[in-house]
Amino acid sequence: MSELLLPRDHKDLSDIITSASDDKTRLEVIGENSKQYIGRPMRVDRTLTTRQLSGINFYSPEELVISVRAGTSLSMVEHTLRHEEQQLAFEPIDYGHLFGFKTGQGTIGSVVACNLSGPRRIRSGAARDSLLGIHGVNGRGEYFQNGGRVMKNVTGYDLTKGLTGSWGTLCVFSEVILKVIPRFETSVTLVLQGLDDRLAINALCDAMKSPYEVTGAVHLQKAPVALLTDPKIASLGTSLTAIRLENFETAVRYRSTRLRTQLSCYGDVLEFSEQQTNSFWQDMQHLKFLTQSRAPVWRISTPPQNGPILVSEIERVVPVSAIYDWSGGLIWLEVPATSDVSASDIRRSLAHLGGHATLIRADREVRTRTEVFHPIPGAIGKITRGIKNSFDPHHILNPERMYAGL
Amino acid sequence: MSFIPLPDPDPDILKRRAQIAKNLAKIAPDAVFIEDEEGRQAYETDALTTYRRIPLLVILPSSTHEVSLLLTHCHKEHIQVIARGAGTSLCGGAVPTTDAVIIGLSRMRRILDINYDNRTAKVEAGVTNLGISDAMNAEQFFYAPDPSSQIACTIGGNVAMNSGGAHCLKYGVTTNNVLGVKLVLMDGEVIDIGSEALDSNGYDLLGLINGSEGQLGIATEITVRILRKPEMARPMLIGFNNNKDAGNCVSAIIASGMIPAALEFMDKRAIHICENYVKVGYPLDVEALLIVEVEGSENEINLQFDHVREIVEKFDPKTIRIAQNDEETDKIWKGRKSAFGAMGQLSDNYCMDGVIPISRLADVLGWVAHIGRHHDFEIANVFHAGDGSLHPVILYNANDEEELLRAEACGAELLRLCVKAGGCLTGEHGVGIEKRDLMREQFSELDLIQQTRIKTVFDPNWLLNPAKVFPLNAPGRGGIEADIAEISKPGGESER
Ligand SMILES: Cc1cc2nc3c(=O)[nH]c(=O)nc-3n(C[C@H](O)[C@H](O)[C@H](O)COP(=O)(O)OP(=O)(O)OC[C@H]3O[C@@H](n4cnc5c(N)ncnc54)[C@H](O)[C@@H]3O)c2cc1C
Repeated sequence: MSELLLPRDHKDLSDIITSASDDKTRLEVIGENSKQYIGRPMRVDRTLTTRQLSGINFYSPEELVISVRAGTSLSMVEHTLRHEEQQLAFEPIDYGHLFGFKTGQGTIGSVVACNLSGPRRIRSGAARDSLLGIHGVNGRGEYFQNGGRVMKNVTGYDLTKGLTGSWGTLCVFSEVILKVIPRFETSVTLVLQGLDDRLAINALCDAMKSPYEVTGAVHLQKAPVALLTDPKIASLGTSLTAIRLENFETAVRYRSTRLRTQLSCYGDVLEFSEQQTNSFWQDMQHLKFLTQSRAPVWRISTPPQNGPILVSEIERVVPVSAIYDWSGGLIWLEVPATSDVSASDIRRSLAHLGGHATLIRADREVRTRTEVFHPIPGAIGKITRGIKNSFDPHHILNPERMYAGL
Repeated sequence: MSFIPLPDPDPDILKRRAQIAKNLAKIAPDAVFIEDEEGRQAYETDALTTYRRIPLLVILPSSTHEVSLLLTHCHKEHIQVIARGAGTSLCGGAVPTTDAVIIGLSRMRRILDINYDNRTAKVEAGVTNLGISDAMNAEQFFYAPDPSSQIACTIGGNVAMNSGGAHCLKYGVTTNNVLGVKLVLMDGEVIDIGSEALDSNGYDLLGLINGSEGQLGIATEITVRILRKPEMARPMLIGFNNNKDAGNCVSAIIASGMIPAALEFMDKRAIHICENYVKVGYPLDVEALLIVEVEGSENEINLQFDHVREIVEKFDPKTIRIAQNDEETDKIWKGRKSAFGAMGQLSDNYCMDGVIPISRLADVLGWVAHIGRHHDFEIANVFHAGDGSLHPVILYNANDEEELLRAEACGAELLRLCVKAGGCLTGEHGVGIEKRDLMREQFSELDLIQQTRIKTVFDPNWLLNPAKVFPLNAPGRGGIEADIAEISKPGGESER
């Protein structure tokens, strides 16, 4: 394949895409290429990377806002924030391990393009909710911006959110502006052991119904627990249902005592040390529990109480391994590598339970014949096509990565 | 009367008014039709009362199905439609044009489902913002975004305007709290966007719908995220010697690493107007007031107040008062929340809504006063300081046409100031008619056309809520043929 296209600024980016659009050159858009195995396999002519569009434009810690060029690595952004005792509210997950890469790769642009959000999403919103503004170039080569650097903004349509999670199929971001939050003084994790999925989700939902502002609520079945980093946790040998509180010291103390009492009806409540807490939630962010096998993995979003129902419906057909995040509303489901990797069963269940499923890890050949992104019904499909056509009429940006024909 | 032009009505539509009403009544016999002039007059404006047009017809349907049937017909007949909630828009978002049909959602106000385990509520679009929280009061839950108009405004209107409020500093605005919308497109098609799950599928259509000012479809049902109430919430009232100290104190609080539940600012004029109106005991010898609200247990609240006090002390506060009980808490908020009502008693007022980076707060307040003096107006400031969301309120006499014109010019200058300071034209109230012609202050032609193309995707003939949001000569406005053709082509592989 010919050499990489490496725009250095938004003008460059616009020129490159304009000429690609004129010639109908199909472009694969990448940052550090950490997500190359996600999505439908594409047929492209050239690869464009945002890697050189890198660096912090401005960072104003006292205003909780950072503006970053899209090709800046996520780890650099996180490092910069940490220096000022701040962080990204949405705690982006890292797909590195999942595909046998290192963690800490990936650019901030791809975090936004894929709307990557981790456990704290449940309290603080997804990547899209922290995004204040974007600059980018669409498939026509037009450079534009939307949103801005201020905390509230309803001027015109919110393309900033509209473009988050579009997987590089509508535009290439050149700059993203994000709201950040202070790091918490301390955190604590309360743990229940040995609960089955349904009871575990009840416990998590109860915790979420408390006034204690839970910032993480996950349930791991027994098998994946053994894969966690902290040896003590890994050797617990039971399923784990974990609830995180983050706040200032006194609040965390008070709240964890209260919550512990409230949860005691589910069994003994264990508390992780601070070190274990950090290790455990980093594992959640890095999807450590999915790193051992190469089995196909689905990411399923459904109303929390329906999570265990869905899993039990699939379990009736094939053996699966499930990890629940977002108090049951997000399921990482490992399934056997059957011919349709359980796609039709999962999607049949979701039709009555609500939600959607994305095939995150699977062989290229499987991703060719299975719909990776959840199919979109009639009228929404028409709108999706309209949006694609409006930003990228020649379908040159990540063609068909999300949907066939788009 | 009005200075921002609305397009001339289509005389043919006006002529066919009776027939149109008859046809629509046949299609949706159970909907309420308001045809007489007096009845329609009640819908001639919203809270931007300087702009008035009596609509062609007002229809109040009671189901999604009816909305769909009505839109299908209007689409076929090329009749413009404006959705309306409670009509509290401050930017003229719900102001009719004389050849447009109003579809009011006020009869659709059922709470359809509340699920505490999943922390979601599904309601019809005409339910008021406060009505949602009221429905779950007994369980100690609430719906977080709290526009000051929350007693009256509807959740459908909130979605359309992506409304915010005092507590959005901590909890986010409408778009951060909406999980699903049932939307009727202009051609009558009904789509369900999102669900009760936390994130939605495909392109973020919810992101596009929230804040689209009723131009992409009519929302009939909304699924929102609900939250457990904090154990307690208490405001602290702090008086300062000048606006500058108060402004700098706001920046210092945010910079200190704490995010209060609310952080509100009132200047002297606003304090006096509110105190006069509701007598809640605001100190009258200060130049500026901050309301800092924190949440948690009693002990947690006290600790947070200690932290706030430490910062505040650096800005030479004149008074510091903490609400000791619910009654005092309510009083402090009553003063703040009645600000616009109080100003309305006093004179006509024109509330601006620009946003600025908070580090610029103190400077910008100085410039606001300067601009007011330059245009010879008194300006009161009462706003959500924590997120830099300004509300300079221009006090003027609307019956004096010259003054009205001057007030609009003054308002426009204030908004330009916000954009220049690194902010935006509107943080809460939306563009509507009011800021339509200022959009180029903030957006280039290319920025605008990305947005107008989205409008064309959802509503190719631009029939929904016409003449709003985009300048009348904005690129792509009205759905140009080339865009429509391009957007509806199959494309992709088949193109090659
Ligand atoms: C005293 C006062 C205080 C206010 N305070 C605040 C505040 O603190 N924060 C804030 O953000 N706003 C505030 N507002 C503005 C206003 O209340 C909000 O914009 C509100 O969301 C409008 O809701 P509504 O039901 O009145 O909508 P309307 O005024 O009826 O309509 C507003 C817009 O929404 C569209 N629309 C309405 N319903 C639907 C629907 N179901 N589907 C599609 N489109 C629809 C209309 O076409 C129109 O464009 C205030 C207004 C007043 C009068």
